[in-house]
Amino acid sequence: MSLTVPTMAEMMAKGESPEILFWVGCSGSFDDRAKKITKALVKILNNCKVNFAVLGAEESCTGDPAKRAGNEFTFQMQAMMNIQVLEGYDVQKIVTACPHCFNTLKNEYPELGGNYEVIHHTQLIQELINQGKLVLSDGGMYKGKKITFHDPCYLGRANDVYEAPRALIEKLDSELVEMKRCKTKGLCCGAGGAQMFKEAEKGNKEINIERTEEALELKPDIIATGCPFCNTMMTDGVKNLEKEREVEVLDVAELIANAADL
Amino acid sequence: MISVILFLILLIGGFGFFGWNVLKVRSNIRLGRDIDRTDNKKERWKTMILVALGQKKMFTRPIPALLHLAIYAAFVITQIELIEIIVDGVFGTHRFFKESLGGGYTFIISFIEILSVLALIATFAFLSRRNLLKIPRLNMKEMNGWPKMDANMILYMELILVSCIFTMNGTDEVMHKMNGGGSYGFSISSFLGPFFFEGMSMGTLQILERIGWWGHVFMVFSFLNYLPYSKHFHILLAFPNTYYSNLDKKGRFTNMDSVTTEVKLMMDPDADAFVATAEGALEPQRFGAKDVADLTWKSLMDSYTCTECGRCTSSCPANITGKLLSPRKIMMDTRDRLTEVGDNIRKYGKDYEDGKSLLGDYITEEELWACTSCNACVQECPINIDPLSIIIDLRRYLVMEESNMPTELTGMLTNIENNGAPWQFSPSDRLNWANEE
Repeated sequence: MSLTVPTMAEMMAKGESPEILFWVGCSGSFDDRAKKITKALVKILNNCKVNFAVLGAEESCTGDPAKRAGNEFTFQMQAMMNIQVLEGYDVQKIVTACPHCFNTLKNEYPELGGNYEVIHHTQLIQELINQGKLVLSDGGMYKGKKITFHDPCYLGRANDVYEAPRALIEKLDSELVEMKRCKTKGLCCGAGGAQMFKEAEKGNKEINIERTEEALELKPDIIATGCPFCNTMMTDGVKNLEKEREVEVLDVAELIANAADL
Repeated sequence: MISVILFLILLIGGFGFFGWNVLKVRSNIRLGRDIDRTDNKKERWKTMILVALGQKKMFTRPIPALLHLAIYAAFVITQIELIEIIVDGVFGTHRFFKESLGGGYTFIISFIEILSVLALIATFAFLSRRNLLKIPRLNMKEMNGWPKMDANMILYMELILVSCIFTMNGTDEVMHKMNGGGSYGFSISSFLGPFFFEGMSMGTLQILERIGWWGHVFMVFSFLNYLPYSKHFHILLAFPNTYYSNLDKKGRFTNMDSVTTEVKLMMDPDADAFVATAEGALEPQRFGAKDVADLTWKSLMDSYTCTECGRCTSSCPANITGKLLSPRKIMMDTRDRLTEVGDNIRKYGKDYEDGKSLLGDYITEEELWACTSCNACVQECPINIDPLSIIIDLRRYLVMEESNMPTELTGMLTNIENNGAPWQFSPSDRLNWANEE
């Protein structure tokens, strides 16, 4: 099935405006693994006939890694440019599959003049299911599978979103198992605060290994995440521990798209 | 008469010295930069009542929470007895409220005695957790030396205090009976008193009772004046510190207004930089924090409020995996440096420089770069201390004032500035995914 991905510019040229902007994010645009998450979400949006658009080449980094690294200049330059673009299209509502973009757009853009309703893709998908726009048949491909959810820090502790991704996993007729450190006590995957872009400081273990080991203790079939960076870290962890044949690391959007056979 | 004078000296001296130290701490905290935490008063009171008074966040770890509650409740309720001690001390009376309160008095003292026993049990449990069981978070390397001694001293003081209370009430019980007044009927001392003190002479009992009473008074004032030098200051500062909590989402980092002004100038082709600067008339400040005075006053209050329990450090992913970073150490370093800076200012004047700074002499770059900004430390703190905002302020200084950061981050920042992405991809390729299989 080919994807329908209108851009804001195309929409505007036709004199239309979408209900919601899909903020893809750098990872979702460029990282090969994360692109699959992006496509899974678009499949869901297309299937539910959601009137959305993307910025395409007009999108730019939100500035999150710059701000966490301590470079407020680069962050604010990015933020102001993005706000100008968003203002040009009169964007009101944004969905994103990246908790880092989500947090920055939602919490840090308002003070610089950018006010939007920002939701995480798991929240949007939950909405679509609740409205009956997306129907999952009983006994789908994940029926009875053991799934654990790794809370992304910037979705969970940073923004108190714990339930939406879990509600989706429960819709799969699967068994949701929790790690000891979950929800408010969730352990970071090791990528946040610009760590994704640097070597870890000296220590006796990589954080993603610590977290992956915790997940593997539950003997899950799938480790689910809601963040492209967590996905990378957990995937690397599973590979490192040579469990990639037994355990898959998937985004909640991918689980839903697969289960709905999209 | 002499005892009344002695008591008054202790009372005035005790409160006076404490007040003087509190003012010192207050002026140290006010060295910090301004941050507005006066909004939303209703929510602030609610947070304070739940988190400080109600100890809501303690109960994520039930065992230490219950032990802590015992000591806390005993501490708070014992203050009622302290009122009587002050009245008795000043007027030379004995159990001033006994007549007027009647049965209520027996109830209150009995209640205090029960709580004191619970506190005693909790104190022994805490001592053994620290010194016998060696709970890891209480025995990390930043706890070596003074912090460990500080923690134990507080517990020993608690033991002495409770022993004094029971010596006082126990001997008094026996004497009251010897004088034909019958039992006071207090819950614990009416049993403990006869058990330990029956058969002693009136003279010995009188001396023991006075030792108990004066010991109690002396411990209370010692304790009060020990607080400002100790991690135990949290028993008071927990209240303002939770009142001034960050009420925003934890993911939101503060906006640097000084940067906003400059970025706006850069982005506005019509702006006249000279006019704008004059209008803004902001005092030139360094970007981020190098020393304690560059941090916000809330961060400084946080540092005095920290009681070094180490919940932050035990939940920190960097620390768990053997990195140098410990959020608790960040708080302890900030407090120690602040005390030093404050003392220097009082000794040598406002502009004195000792050539040291929080960043470098206390907190190293390696610690700062180990943080994943995951907010686990902020979430864990039972009294809403925020080590993360100190870490970020120090990073801001490193990056914006010194361009000092791991080389990979320089690359990442250059990519964002040039390509609008942290990696080297062309912005025009952003939508390629839509047409790939």
